[in-house]
Amino acid sequence: MKIQVNNKETEVPTGATVSLLAARFDLPDKGTAIAVNNRLVPHIRWDSYILVENDSVVIIKAACGG
Amino acid sequence: MEKLVIAGKEFASRLFLGTGKFNSNERMEEAILASGSEMVTVAMKRIDLDNRDDDMLAHIQHSHIQLLPNTSGVRNAEEAVFAAQMAREAFGTNWLKLEIHPDPRYLLPDPIETLKATEELVKAGFVVLPYCQADPVLCKRLEEAGAATVMPLGAPIGTNKGLQTREFLRIIIEQATVPVVVDAGIGAPSHAAEAMEMGASAVLVNTAIAVAGNPTEMARAFKLAVESGRMAYEAQLAASGFTAVASSPLTAFLND
Amino acid sequence: MFSEELEKISWDASTEAIYAKTAADVERALGKERLEVDDFMALISPAAVPYLEPMAALSRNYTQQRFGKTISMFIPLYITNSCTNSCIYCGFQHNNPIPRVILTEKEIVDEYEAIKRLGPFENLLLVTGENPAAAGVDYIERALQLARPYFSNLQIEVMPLKAEEYERLTRSGLNGVICFQETYNRANYKTYHPRGMKSKFEWRVNGFDRMGQAGIHKIGMGVLIGLEDWRTDVTMMAHHLRYLQKHYWKTKYSVNFPRMRPSEGHFQPNVVMSDRELAQLTFAFRIFDHDVDISYSTRESASFRNHMATLGVTTMSAESKTEPGGYYTYPQALEQFAVNDNRTAVEVERDLRLLGREPVYKDWDQVFDR
Repeated sequence: MKIQVNNKETEVPTGATVSLLAARFDLPDKGTAIAVNNRLVPHIRWDSYILVENDSVVIIKAACGG
Repeated sequence: MEKLVIAGKEFASRLFLGTGKFNSNERMEEAILASGSEMVTVAMKRIDLDNRDDDMLAHIQHSHIQLLPNTSGVRNAEEAVFAAQMAREAFGTNWLKLEIHPDPRYLLPDPIETLKATEELVKAGFVVLPYCQADPVLCKRLEEAGAATVMPLGAPIGTNKGLQTREFLRIIIEQATVPVVVDAGIGAPSHAAEAMEMGASAVLVNTAIAVAGNPTEMARAFKLAVESGRMAYEAQLAASGFTAVASSPLTAFLND
Repeated sequence: MFSEELEKISWDASTEAIYAKTAADVERALGKERLEVDDFMALISPAAVPYLEPMAALSRNYTQQRFGKTISMFIPLYITNSCTNSCIYCGFQHNNPIPRVILTEKEIVDEYEAIKRLGPFENLLLVTGENPAAAGVDYIERALQLARPYFSNLQIEVMPLKAEEYERLTRSGLNGVICFQETYNRANYKTYHPRGMKSKFEWRVNGFDRMGQAGIHKIGMGVLIGLEDWRTDVTMMAHHLRYLQKHYWKTKYSVNFPRMRPSEGHFQPNVVMSDRELAQLTFAFRIFDHDVDISYSTRESASFRNHMATLGVTTMSAESKTEPGGYYTYPQALEQFAVNDNRTAVEVERDLRLLGREPVYKDWDQVFDR
């Protein structure tokens, strides 16, 4: 199925969890956060959160700034 | 020097550092360590899935440093609250530098959205340090909303113009019951020292260090300036304005 | 609450610090635009005595900058001398065998009308003792309601109230509250105020927080000069003012320095303040705070008030009677304190105009009341 990740169309298997997505992008545990459809998905829910078609995922990480 | 206390946490250094505009993470880390700063801001960005760059977080994580995530990039209170939740999750801290600038040109803070977001975020358990205009009334309102500090600007971000808002900063400092951190516009150590001499609790410096010819040396210079300004404030400056008057026309009646 | 702040400030250390001030400390304070309490301590210290003239000049300049050449006029009305307290310096104290009066509604209105015949007064200060059972909040509220058709600005000087009571009175037209802490010396407070609600130091000193919380528009403060070392006492008041300004920043503040005279009544003051000292304190307070209202009552003599009207004082009463019903109902009764300025309101106004001051009777209108 197709989802959006940081505004980019991405193909993931049906029933994929946020954890699976995080693993695919090799995200570290600390320093990142994921929201699905503008709602934060806390780390502890990554394993159980199942993505559905057309979900819009935002993945952020630390950046330089004042 | 008196320790700075924000939301019950003590800081020996009164210099906060921003992490923007350094030409490498290594040079940034070196400058941060040279500055002695214990409060360092971190922004957030969307991960570029095709181009994985170096992780800046590794360079600012030290046991003596409190990370201060900012909400840079948001344009209203709603986006700020969302960004704050993301930041808390990503960096494991409820401290937050709230900055809401809908204006992409001068990056001036939106007072109305900032107040609104402060109210919501304080209720949600965040330690909120709002970046704001040097507006004494707004600062009181932010304080009443539960802000842990106020962070009025000295001049527009990145301009290095110093304390253009001096008269308003004086009023803010005089009235505040929370620490006042002068943010934005501080372009030289002398500006930082001036803010500290006026009684500011701390200053936040970024551009002036990041784009200096030698950021590490400049960081050290700011460290000394902030310490010296604070020391001068605590030692009570000698006044410049007093001149003695010779004659006695006003109080002669008291001699009767 | 301010009582917690006050606990952090040592009375003895403050006294010591004031008397250790030097000429250099005074000059540093005089050169500053914004003063800390520490600078104020220098200006009221003995080290500042040789600086009275430059202090007067500064005080006059700051006053004119902020207030122009105006003097705000008010008149007090005592509506009762009934009191359950026994403040040892007060003519109205409970044990004093004087006739007790609680003015009736008709008498109160008679007083208002008599006051209006003295001069164009619009700022009225209603004064009571402390007797919540016989002349409590209901009574004060009624007096305020009756005053509204006559006066545009209503202040009270009564016992400390609860925040919700201040709010209630505000709805009945109250604009300002004056309350004198008398002394900030917690250790000796009870010696002067042995019984009644007034013996409770915290209740009184935190009354100002309650006024602030209730959104009172204007708060008047004061220490009674004659009880403790006045320098230390007014230093504590300066701390208190700064605290209130920070926490209740929408409120205006005024300060009063009522001083007891040796000749006055049965209680002999522990310390006597000279005219020079009161002038020094007045200048110091103006230099410390450019915006605070400084109020002189008719306790002070006509000539002293005339001089100080151009140098720092911004609010004055005139032709005051300090006994209940003194303007009409009981013109001969016992006063709470001795009046030293016996000029009529018309004479006070004439003198102020000769000094180039503009007496302002009305600076508020009920249309602004919330």
